[in-house]
Amino acid sequence: MGITFRKETFRDDYTFKNSPEHIRRFPFPFNEDAYMYAVNIEPHVVGPKGSVLENLIDVDEHYVAEMQDRALVLAEDPLRCQSLPHMTLAGWDLLELLMEQQALGYPEHFTLERNGDRWRWINRPLGIDDTFTFGDTSTLPYGPMEYITRQSQGDFCILDQRDGNLWMDAGMVTTQADWSLDFDIGMNFFEWHAPVPLAHEKGIFTRALKFLTNIQQGKPARRLNWTMTINPRLDTSPENYHKWGPDRATVTPENVGDKVHLRVELQSFWRLPRSNGIVFPIRCYLIKMDELVTQPKWARRLHRVIRDLPEELATYKGLMRYRPTLVEWLSKLDDGSPTSPGFGPD
Amino acid sequence: MSTGTTKLDVVVSDVVPINDLVTRFHFRRRDGELLPTFSGGAHVVVEMRDGDRTRLNPYSLMGSPLDTREYTISVRRDDVGRGGSLFMHRQVKPGLEMVISYPVNLFSLDLRAKKHLMLAGGIGITPFMAQTSQLAGAGGNFELHYTCRTASLGTYADVLQQRYGNRVRLYHDDREERIDLDRLLSSQPLGTHLYVCGPAGMINWVRDRAASLGWPSETVHFEHFAAPQPGAPFDVTLALSDKTIRVGEQQSLLEAMEAAGVDPPYLCRGGVCGQCETNVISSDGKFIHNDHWLSEEDHRSGCKIMPCVSRFEGKSLVLER
Repeated sequence: MGITFRKETFRDDYTFKNSPEHIRRFPFPFNEDAYMYAVNIEPHVVGPKGSVLENLIDVDEHYVAEMQDRALVLAEDPLRCQSLPHMTLAGWDLLELLMEQQALGYPEHFTLERNGDRWRWINRPLGIDDTFTFGDTSTLPYGPMEYITRQSQGDFCILDQRDGNLWMDAGMVTTQADWSLDFDIGMNFFEWHAPVPLAHEKGIFTRALKFLTNIQQGKPARRLNWTMTINPRLDTSPENYHKWGPDRATVTPENVGDKVHLRVELQSFWRLPRSNGIVFPIRCYLIKMDELVTQPKWARRLHRVIRDLPEELATYKGLMRYRPTLVEWLSKLDDGSPTSPGFGPD
Repeated sequence: MSTGTTKLDVVVSDVVPINDLVTRFHFRRRDGELLPTFSGGAHVVVEMRDGDRTRLNPYSLMGSPLDTREYTISVRRDDVGRGGSLFMHRQVKPGLEMVISYPVNLFSLDLRAKKHLMLAGGIGITPFMAQTSQLAGAGGNFELHYTCRTASLGTYADVLQQRYGNRVRLYHDDREERIDLDRLLSSQPLGTHLYVCGPAGMINWVRDRAASLGWPSETVHFEHFAAPQPGAPFDVTLALSDKTIRVGEQQSLLEAMEAAGVDPPYLCRGGVCGQCETNVISSDGKFIHNDHWLSEEDHRSGCKIMPCVSRFEGKSLVLER
């Protein structure tokens, strides 16, 4: 048993694909035929078997390939991983959380043995078997946050909590939707959200901050966010904009199904016990239109959402250039019949 | 009951009298597992089932965050309070099964500090017990100034001096020893953070002097759980629940709501965390605000109340609950 990890790429020849089982478990983010911001935060509790919520930290068939892609990004640009000096303790908190959760959810792939502060970590998919002293950075090949996030899918922001605010003081960010840790490092919650349109006027960030600073240990929360990406590229960073930005001009009616991807972020929020910080994993899921429309409900609903999306949001998400082509393509799969409530496929 | 935290089923594993006023309580998990890791400065809310009455009081965790086999709290007996500390002192014995909340930290260390300067008064020493353990384990730079009434009431002063030597400085009221606060605050290296926990008068004094001497407010941290004060009974209408309740002399407004089946969220029950903030729909009378959460403007406006610690005297009070 266990997961069969795919050999695939997120750059150059772009061989990334979802298996049929992974298409059905895709975290489709629209529960109705329209989209507008809301503080859509809910408790991060275990969900149905076979969904991405089956475990609180999800590992899937893309794990090995994503970790290889992360290593390539870091080799080119080490500043994608940064931790301010006061955040080392929070890094250990994160290491404990991710090792415990991955070992709990996937015992055939990961094992954690704890003997006091002497820990042994076995990661079979990546061929790692390390013994180290918890709390002693000199016993690991990297700092604790970098060590464990080189072995965990998704980006990770560690937020320090002080003065009634949250501060982006550490992170591993290589699969981001056009934002930069190197730019945001040290900023507070309002500063790093400044570019988001419409939400400020609705008071969303003030309420969200109040909620997040009250997240309690043992009670994580989550929300979904989404955008679209041309080609299955994980690293859509501002630093590499020249490599992926022009792709948005390459969408044609013929290649929509293969090139245009829905990009969904499962964001979760956890209180860290020793540092009293918050970790914010941002897990990215990609699905190409050809795969998504194998579920007719999703095809109909996505057509309506993209067609009716307010222009500010479409601009912010970078869809304006290819939206007409995409909407035209999706419209052929929308017979106007109603969609069932909820996120899942029929 | 709605709260912001998960509950822990524990058993009292030890009860240790420390001096005339203070007793220490040890808790372990009933299932034998380790307790959750916590950070120095965290508290738990202890549920006390006293006949048909339930009290929920916050207490700082004072053990080392590195050791989660047990949690320890210290409770100072308050003979004129509402009875929570008396219940702990008189009725809680080893073997008693109790329920406590997950740890919550509203008095966290700022780990950017080059130095942590701590000022404790009386039982306000307890969060510093955990914070100094945490910092000492990580080679952190701290200095603790501890004021107590007499040497025999200097709870844990001996332990602290033994552990940390001259990083701990004691001041005894009965010997007329006083912190030379202005001098202390004026002689700290750049990047020092100040922490104060103790009686309200001490906290106000330290914050006031620090502000006058130019300490940025971000570097001054304090924790003061206001214990709910007893007072004259009063009636309250809860408009959303369509209930009218009476708040007893020894009861807090929050406890009276809970007894009526209305459960506002809470974390600290001491007027600090802001969770139970409640809007006032109408009132005819006088508010007795005891919290540290609402602004003075809020207090004056009569539009909000913190039911965990504040009371009311007058003809009528209608709340949005």
